Amino acid sequence: MSTSKFGEYGGQYVPEALMPAIEELEDAYERYVLDNEDGFMDEFRRRLRDFGGRPTPLQHAEQLSERYDAEVYLKREDLVHGGAHKLNNALGQVLLAKYMGKDRIVAETGAGQHGTATAMAAAHLGMPCEIYMGERDINRQRPNVFRMRLNGAEVNTVTVGRGTLKEAINETMRDWATNVEDTHYVIGSIVGPHPFPVMVRDFQSVISEEAREQIRERAGRLPDSVLACAGGGSNTMGAFHEFVGDEEVDLYAVEAGGSSLEVDEKEGVAPNSASLSTGDEGVLHGARTKLLQDSDGQIMESHSVSSGLDYAGVGPELAHLVDEGRVTPVNVDDEGALEAFHRLSQEEGIIPALETAHAFGFAHENPEKLGDVTVINVSGRGDKDLESVIEESAKRDLEAAPDMDVFEGGAGL
Amino acid sequence: MSRIDEAFADGPAFVPYLAVGDPDYESSKAYVEALARGGADVIELGLPFSEPVAEGPTIQGAVTRALDAGMTPEKFFEFVEELDVDVPLVCMTYYNLIYQFGDNPGPRPFVERAAAAGIEGFVVPDLPAEEADPLREACDDLGLDLVFIVAPTTEGERLQRIMDQVSGYVYVQARLGVTGARDDVSDQTDEALARLEEWGVPKAVGFGIKTGEHAERIVEGGADGIIVGSALVDIVAEGHGEGRPAEDVAADLEAKARELKEGAESGYAQRVPEPEHT
Repeated sequence: MSTSKFGEYGGQYVPEALMPAIEELEDAYERYVLDNEDGFMDEFRRRLRDFGGRPTPLQHAEQLSERYDAEVYLKREDLVHGGAHKLNNALGQVLLAKYMGKDRIVAETGAGQHGTATAMAAAHLGMPCEIYMGERDINRQRPNVFRMRLNGAEVNTVTVGRGTLKEAINETMRDWATNVEDTHYVIGSIVGPHPFPVMVRDFQSVISEEAREQIRERAGRLPDSVLACAGGGSNTMGAFHEFVGDEEVDLYAVEAGGSSLEVDEKEGVAPNSASLSTGDEGVLHGARTKLLQDSDGQIMESHSVSSGLDYAGVGPELAHLVDEGRVTPVNVDDEGALEAFHRLSQEEGIIPALETAHAFGFAHENPEKLGDVTVINVSGRGDKDLESVIEESAKRDLEAAPDMDVFEGGAGL
Repeated sequence: MSRIDEAFADGPAFVPYLAVGDPDYESSKAYVEALARGGADVIELGLPFSEPVAEGPTIQGAVTRALDAGMTPEKFFEFVEELDVDVPLVCMTYYNLIYQFGDNPGPRPFVERAAAAGIEGFVVPDLPAEEADPLREACDDLGLDLVFIVAPTTEGERLQRIMDQVSGYVYVQARLGVTGARDDVSDQTDEALARLEEWGVPKAVGFGIKTGEHAERIVEGGADGIIVGSALVDIVAEGHGEGRPAEDVAADLEAKARELKEGAESGYAQRVPEPEHT
């Protein structure tokens, strides 16, 4: 049964021109996703397996387990085709668009992972695809821009505002409002008007479905805690959904603390992306949720070293679960995330996405919160972030970072 | 009968839009007053929101200039109080600003403040009929109109839902997409007007109207009014870009308003034959 609200959060706050498309999508979601009409979910699961590479492993992390004196398990979404959990949702939505008879896909992207996943899914299913991406993010994430174009997608540069995810979403909504009759907008997270938050969650909940079964097999019990980074919240809800009913499992949504949790109201800038921890209730991009906004209700520019977390809002379901006390919002700053990025790369042989590194930063700073058994969601891999990491690491004196100017093994450069 | 109803009672209504505070507070006041002199019957005053998802580049530019110049909801209300115009004023803004105003979230404090300032109605592009009950109730209690947009895609049950909620006038979106001046008039307009024929509320057409000729054609086709935003904002933007004095830009706006109003009246005259003299 679908519902458009999570407590007071959620709803459908969009221009009237989009409402019929949203109603059409709601109907399609109920028929194909919830009722498996025409075997939609069977095809989705088959393609997730064969094209996407699921199920992903639940890996026991030996070094981390020893370091934190806890059994640490990693849900390896970085091993999904494309290198991030984003494909779960993109494949679901592009397939749904096909079932609905749409013939064009648009999407927005911040870090580029959602754009990459959507371009990949669209190429796989033979759908033309256009991606909107902020100018600043294009500069931060060039490898992903190239990957999208390799898959045949057009990438449109968004130059207004600060040129990040918020502006890219506005621009994609405008495209959708203009071409709504034949176009589906693949929203990249559990945000936006109903039914997007529930639909994206359903496509992503394969993460916790697998993890729950795998941890019971491996550890013989449920975990004491599950950790996932939270920007819009799609990997977060994907990792949490099947554990929400297990009250004994602590759920930590790790947000980007950026450079500070304080805001500069005069400049309209929040130097973080911690909307669950510090945001207020408001309405943005189709839903009522927690937002980074000033006292007038103008949306603030957010910040994170990780462009994938750099967004002023968060999914309404997560906002509700936080209010209910079921999910605990915590945050890690830019430096903590960068340290964790280098540490995980060196000590476990996994180069995590900068988004994911926030979750590892929290584990490192709060090992006592993990309990005896923990699952950390590795939402994506970090190849896309190397340019940012090189630049941002150089600005800081990071203990875990390699000194790229010194080569101890020989002659050097 | 509200003052907005009255504005539509005798012939076609010309409803211009400007973003308040674009490019600065004082110039913006002169521009709005120029529109009134040029024949505006109702004026839509845009309260700038940082994420104007229903707007095209023209109005987005205006909103950005106004926000950069320091426009806030409270300054917007002061602006309305200071305006020297005698036409009903409608506030066009996005729901988050309405929802956030005052100490507790919810639309009532905003509606109360707007009513006190002299606003007589609202257009809220991101508030569909399904989510509008709290705002509708506050508007009813304070005697303000709530205008809804009907899009080319709005059909069937949705039309009924909007009809149950709307008052003042219905904003007929002439074409799919976002706001912006165009060089032609869409067939979608005629289809939309035909769908709304039975409605007992005035039908004002907006999105893409740029010239007196457009206005004439749309009113001749059955519209009770025309809403023009981007074509006017373009004049403000050009004047600002070229550094022209505000009074010159105001004169251009007044002339453009007159052209649009006369176009609308000419369309109306062609639609309704003059009564025969005996």
